[in-house]
Amino acid sequence: MNNQLTMTFTVNNELKTFSFAPAATLLSLLRDNGYTEVHNGCETGDCGACVVILNGKTVNSCMVLAASAKDSSILTVKALGDVHNPHPIQRAFAESGAVQCGFCTPGQVLSTYALLLEKPDPSDDEIKKALDGNICRCTGYKKIIEAVKRAGELMRESAHE
Amino acid sequence: MNNNFKSAGKSHSKMDSLALACGNEKFTDDFKIESPVHIAFRYSDVPSGIIRSIDISEAETAEGVKAVLYFGNTPDVLHTTAGQGFPEPSPYDCRMFDSKLRFIGDRIAAVAAESKEMAEAALKLIKVEIDETLALFDIEKAMDKNAPLLHTDDEYPAIPVTYRPEQNVAAEIVTGFGDMEKGFSEADTILDETYSMQYASHCATEPHAVQVYFDERGRMVIITATQVPFHVRRIVSRVCGIEIRNIRVIKPRVGGGFGGKQEVFLEQVAAFTAWKLKRPAKIVFSRKEVFINARTRHAMRSRIKMGVKKDGTITALEVDDLMNAGAYGPHALTVLSNAGAKVLPLFNKIENMSFTGRSVYTNLPVGGAYRGYGATQGYFALNQHIDEAARFCGIDFCEYVKKWHIKSGETSRVFEALGEGKEGVSQYIKSCGLSECIDRGAGAIGWKDHRGKRSRNGNRVRGVGAAVCMQGSGIPEIDMASCHIKMNEDGSFNLTTGATDIGTGSDTILAQIAAEALHTDYENMIVLSSDTDTTPFDTGAYASSTTYITGNAVRKCAEDVFRIILDAAAEMLLTDAESLSASDGNVVSAGGKIISYGDICAYRMYTSGQLQIQATASFVAHESPPPFSAQFADVEVDIETGEIFILKYAAAVDCGMPLNPLLAEGQVEGAVLNGISYALTEEYLFNDRGKMTNPDFGRYKIYSIMDTPEIITILADTFEESGPYGAKSVGEIALNGPAPAIANAVYDAVGIRLRHTPFTPEKVWSLINE
Repeated sequence: MNNQLTMTFTVNNELKTFSFAPAATLLSLLRDNGYTEVHNGCETGDCGACVVILNGKTVNSCMVLAASAKDSSILTVKALGDVHNPHPIQRAFAESGAVQCGFCTPGQVLSTYALLLEKPDPSDDEIKKALDGNICRCTGYKKIIEAVKRAGELMRESAHE
Repeated sequence: MNNNFKSAGKSHSKMDSLALACGNEKFTDDFKIESPVHIAFRYSDVPSGIIRSIDISEAETAEGVKAVLYFGNTPDVLHTTAGQGFPEPSPYDCRMFDSKLRFIGDRIAAVAAESKEMAEAALKLIKVEIDETLALFDIEKAMDKNAPLLHTDDEYPAIPVTYRPEQNVAAEIVTGFGDMEKGFSEADTILDETYSMQYASHCATEPHAVQVYFDERGRMVIITATQVPFHVRRIVSRVCGIEIRNIRVIKPRVGGGFGGKQEVFLEQVAAFTAWKLKRPAKIVFSRKEVFINARTRHAMRSRIKMGVKKDGTITALEVDDLMNAGAYGPHALTVLSNAGAKVLPLFNKIENMSFTGRSVYTNLPVGGAYRGYGATQGYFALNQHIDEAARFCGIDFCEYVKKWHIKSGETSRVFEALGEGKEGVSQYIKSCGLSECIDRGAGAIGWKDHRGKRSRNGNRVRGVGAAVCMQGSGIPEIDMASCHIKMNEDGSFNLTTGATDIGTGSDTILAQIAAEALHTDYENMIVLSSDTDTTPFDTGAYASSTTYITGNAVRKCAEDVFRIILDAAAEMLLTDAESLSASDGNVVSAGGKIISYGDICAYRMYTSGQLQIQATASFVAHESPPPFSAQFADVEVDIETGEIFILKYAAAVDCGMPLNPLLAEGQVEGAVLNGISYALTEEYLFNDRGKMTNPDFGRYKIYSIMDTPEIITILADTFEESGPYGAKSVGEIALNGPAPAIANAVYDAVGIRLRHTPFTPEKVWSLINE
C-alpha cells in the first residue's frame, strides 16, 4: 500500500521497524505486530487496558499516534518477565488474587511498575493515584492494592539481596 | 471450619493468573487467523421503523468488500440470543437481520471486507429508506390499547409460557398463595411503595469479539468471548443451518462476562459470513458498540405492598414488577421470575403472597442476563420495605431480619411456585449462615455505634444501613455439567470440562475439588476447559452454577477415578481395596506399604489389566442451595450538595465452605463494587428518541480505584452437605446488597427514601429539600 509510514521503534528492548497507516495509533500498531498483550478496552483513553511505558512514562497507547512515537522506547508487560522468570509485580498480582479475568492486568502491572520505580514503598493514596486510569471490573480493586504493596515488598527485598 | 481437606478450602492463586499478568494468555482477538474478513455493522438511527428499500449495490462493489449482509440475503430464522438451555425459556423473537427496526442501535446490515476500515467505509454506501413508525419508550404505556407494537409477525415462545406480543408482553408471571385480602385486613399498617432500577452495561473490560476460521479438513472453528460455548454451537447451527458436527467452539481467556457474554449475537453473523465466503471472518466490538448493541441490565419498576403487624409479622406481601425487556426478549421471562424466585423465599413466614411480573417490549436497547439476574432488582425494593417495617415495629433491622429470615431446615412455598418458565423445585434449606453474616457484618461496620446517631461532620450527616439477600446455586433439574478425568504415569491428571472460566477461577476451584477427591496435590491437576470438540458438555458460566453443578460433577468423576486407582493398587499389593488409604498421591496399605500414583498408572498402562485409568461424570442438581449475604454501608450525606460518601462497606457472605477463600473474596469484592457503582452513578442516558447519549467510559461512569471505598469482606462459612466439599455459589449474590444498603443508610442519615437508582446528588438534594 502507498502512503504507509515506515519508522523505527525500540519495543521491549529490541529495535523494530514497522510500516503503518499515518492515522494508526500506537495501540493498533503494537497489536497488528503481535504485541497482543496490549489490550483494547475502549479506544477513548478511559480504561487503561492498553497502557504501555513510552520513554519511561505510562501512556494509554490508544491515545498516542504511532508516528509520534518514532524512535521511542516502548515497554509492554512482556518486557518485565515471563511465566518462567516473572517480575515481582507479576508474581504479586498473581498471588494476591489481583488477577481475575486478567484483561486489565497488563496495564495494571505497568502502572504499578512506573509507580514503584519512583516510590518503592507507596501509600494507599499514592497507589490509588497511580492506578486511577486502570479500570478493573472484576476485583473491586482491593486485592490490586494488596498486590501493589506486596510487589513493593518483593522488590525491596530483592534490592537488598 | 476444619474439615481436614487438603486442597478444598485453600487459597491457591488462580492457575492462569501468572500467565495473564505476564501477558502470555490469549483473549479472542489475540489469536492470529489467516486473512480474515472484518465485519462491521450499520446500526439503526431510528427507534422504530420499517425498511422500505435497501440498496446494497454500491457497497457491494466498494474496495475490499466481500459481502454485504441484510435481511434479504441472510437466514430468516427466528431465535433468541439468550444462551440458555434448550428449548430456551426466552421468546424466539429475533432474526439475524430484519426489515423491521426496533431500537436505535438495532442492526440494519453488515459489511465484510478486507479491513475494518474498508467495511466501515462501505457501510456508508448502503442506501436505506426507512418508514419511521411510532416508538414506545415508557413501560407503563406498553400495554395500552393504542400502544405501538414491536413484535407482530410470527414470533413465538419455544416453551409453553405466557407470551402476548399483541400487548407487548414478552413474558408474564402470575403466582401466589394464601388470601391476600385477609392478610392485608389483619395488618396494623400497609406499606405500599414503588421502586425502580435503571439500564446498565456489564462493562466487562474485554469488548465482545469472535473469530471464525476453517481447520485443515474444512470444519468451522469459532473462537469467541463467551460464557456459553455449547449454546453458541447449538444456536449457530440452528440459525445458520450448519450441522453441529461441522462447528467447533473454543473459549479462550475471556475478559469478564457478568452475563453480557451469555448472549449469542455475534457468532452467528461471523459464522454465516465465513461459511458463505469459505473464508475466515472476525468481529471485534468497540466499547460504543457494546453499549448500544450488546445487552444490558433490565430496568425494572417494582411496586411492593406489604401488610405488617406491630409484632413484626408480615401478614401479606404483594409484588408487582414491570420489567423493560427492550426491543427483544432474551432472558425476559427468567430475570423477571428470579426477581421473585430468588427474593421472596428469604422471608418465608409470610402466609399470603402474590407475585405478578410482566416484561414488556420497548424501543430501547435489549435487556439480558446481568450478574444478580433480577434478584438485584427485587432486593433493592424488598430491603427498603423491610427497613420500614422494622422501624414501624420499633425493632432494629438486624434483629428483625434474624427473627424472620428463612433458616436451615425450613422451606418456602416460593421455591415450588416459581421456576425457569415453569413451576419451581421444592427444597429445604440445609445451610444458612445469614444470622452470622448479620452479626459479623454489623460488628465490622460499627452498627450499634452509628445506627440512628446521625453524627455531623460539617455539612455531612452520617448513617448506616443494611441489606440482606440470597441467590441460588444453579438451575435445578435443568442445568447439566460434565467432565472427564484421566491419569498420567507421573501421577498427574487431565481434567477436561465444559465449564467456562471467564475470569472467575472455575478452572482452579474445579482442579481443587478433583485433587481433594483424588487425594493428591492440586499441582497434579492439568485443566482444559470450554472446547466443544475436546471437552464434554456444560451449560456454561451463568446462574451461579459452576461451583455447585460442575463442582459436583468433578467430585463424582474424581471419586470414580480414585476407586479405579485403589483397585489397581490392591492388585499390585495383593490385598483388598477396602484396606487401602491414600494421601499426597500415594496409596498406603494397612501394613504400611506405599506405592505412588505414577507407578499405579504405569502398571495399568503397561503391565497388567492394561487400561487408561479414567472416568467421566455428569451432574444435574435437584436443588439449588442459596448462598446468603448481609451487607452494611456506612455513609455520609452532604446535605448541601446531595452527594453520598461511602465511608466503609462490609459484605458478609455465606457461600457454604469457600473452596478457595482468596477467589471467593474476589467474587464478593468485585460484585460489591459493581453494585455500589450501579447504585450511585451508572446509567444509560437516553434522549427523547431513545438514543443512548453516553456510550463511553467518559460519560458512563464506572468506579475506578480512586472512587473505591474501604470494603470489608467476611466469609461466614457454613457447610452445604449437597455441595462439593460444602460449597455453594458466590458469583452473583454480592451484587444484590449495595443499592438497598446504601439507600437504607441514607435514610438513617437524613430521613429520605431513595426508591430510584442511581442515587445522584441531584436526586438526593431534591429529596432533602422537598
